[in-house]
Amino acid sequence: MARNRSALIALAALAAAAILPETGQGNYVMSIAVQIEILMCLVLGLNFVVGYAGMLDLGFAAFFAIGAYMTGLLSVDLHWPILATIPPAVGAALLGAVFVGLPTLRLRSDYLAVVTLGFGEIIQEVVTNLNQTGGPEGISGIPPLRIGGLVVTTNDGYYNVFLVLVLVFVAVSFRVRHSRLGRAWLAIREDEDTAQAMGIKVRRFKLYAYMAGSVFGSITGSLYGSAFIAIAPPSFGFNESLLVVMAVSIGGIGSIWGGLLGAGIVVAFPEVFRQFAQARLLVFGVVLVLIMVLRPQGVWPETGLGLDRAARVVAQFRGRRGEAVAARHRAAGVERTP
Amino acid sequence: MSRLAVDGLSLRFGGLEALAGISLDIAEHALYAVIGPNGAGKTSFFNCLTGYYRPSAGTVSLDGRDITRMAVPDVAALGIRRTFQNVRVFPRLSAHENVLAGAHLRSSASLLGTLLGTPAMRRAERALADEAQRWLEYVGLADKSRVLAADLPYGMRKRLEVARALMGQPSVLLLDEPAAGVSSVEREELVAVIRRTWESGVTVVMIEHDVELVMQLATRVAVLQRGRLLVEGSPEDVRSDQRVVDAYLGRRRG
Repeated sequence: MARNRSALIALAALAAAAILPETGQGNYVMSIAVQIEILMCLVLGLNFVVGYAGMLDLGFAAFFAIGAYMTGLLSVDLHWPILATIPPAVGAALLGAVFVGLPTLRLRSDYLAVVTLGFGEIIQEVVTNLNQTGGPEGISGIPPLRIGGLVVTTNDGYYNVFLVLVLVFVAVSFRVRHSRLGRAWLAIREDEDTAQAMGIKVRRFKLYAYMAGSVFGSITGSLYGSAFIAIAPPSFGFNESLLVVMAVSIGGIGSIWGGLLGAGIVVAFPEVFRQFAQARLLVFGVVLVLIMVLRPQGVWPETGLGLDRAARVVAQFRGRRGEAVAARHRAAGVERTP
Repeated sequence: MSRLAVDGLSLRFGGLEALAGISLDIAEHALYAVIGPNGAGKTSFFNCLTGYYRPSAGTVSLDGRDITRMAVPDVAALGIRRTFQNVRVFPRLSAHENVLAGAHLRSSASLLGTLLGTPAMRRAERALADEAQRWLEYVGLADKSRVLAADLPYGMRKRLEVARALMGQPSVLLLDEPAAGVSSVEREELVAVIRRTWESGVTVVMIEHDVELVMQLATRVAVLQRGRLLVEGSPEDVRSDQRVVDAYLGRRRG
């Protein structure tokens, strides 16, 4: 029942998302919407690492950067079409994942977080300092995405492109979640030592999680470069990594719908709070803290929205109060409450 | 023929000798019980059999194959499954998903098949899901399949762990105190599950504190004391052995 309700809500959201460009929103709203979609894609990538395999990763923007820069370089310097740059971008990101993964996956939690943080910083420093990547200026003049005869140039167009990407990523996430691979990841997240007793080779599967994340991250980066025409190092720093982690944890770690919702919250709230002018980030911070205090498991956790459970708790509470009242009556010598 | 042969097994933690030269053979299709007072080294013994601990000396072999220095997943791949003394189910997964996790080595899912959801893939997944449900029924948790493991009471979590181990189609099943801390009703169910599993051809090795349960079930019993093998034999022999009585009840003074 809970699953049906989730599917219904998701379908309604999808329908709303699909007709958004038709509702005549201005460029402002549409560009925010594109930003949300991009973050959703990154969230779904990080979800493999943080949500499924349970490893904290503070350098996820590195894979986003690798994708964007590969596409930027290949399309501007070598005039490759955008779609053709995606496979090499993914390849480079996979290499990066193995590079950071192999030596570090024996580390746990905090140490792993520090190493991934370092990896993110290294990638950002490298693209800032290399002449080939345009240094601090980055790369500009990235050509638009061409799919067959279709050239995507408008905000609305990229909105639709990223919507499709989100849907594909969601479908893949669900498939993987309910497969051997996903179950192995979840077992590792829940209890590494016990997972081994089922024959799960923990280090190998952790590496797979990094690789899966890097694939999503780099594809998103490739299309990001094309959508925004220019890319520069500041878009791929620690702040971006943190934003993705934030969206994952606000939505509910491991939850696909939660992650999408989290991405929406993280991007949209600072915009909504523009009326607070200079204080908007402060208000945003307070809201984030409130969410985590009131709902530490995330807004939409893996186990569902929790409406059934909430109803149960309320019923139980009522029942207990009823019992307490009855007990008081008994103690007072009243046989039965009227 | 012995399935598990343990020879001169020793395990030292710094100055502490957890296991000191244990040698024993566990026969094919035995229901083997390891008993002994707290701290006798029973769980350490299990950890050595399953690759969690590297013994300081001695060997463990399964069907003549040396598994002493194998990693945990490789030992599992040879058909040894275990449960843990302090129940280790996956708390935020449903009971059904917990059992499915036990099937890791049995499914041969290709990445492409997973992503495309090919019919063969779906059929295989369906079959595994059905089987997981049957194992839940087997341990009496049929109606709990969608409940999170963390929300199950202790006794049920213990049985869930057994179901998860059985999903791996083990040829040797190691149970670490299966009946500890469960109610007497649940104990009866557990005994039935263990007996049925053993009768189906699985070699069962269990650590148990409950001597009565051991005498009722086991075909062979080993008694450990302070890391040493005190006595090994049939339940009747062990029960009447003066050294065992002394170890458990203390020696009469004077």
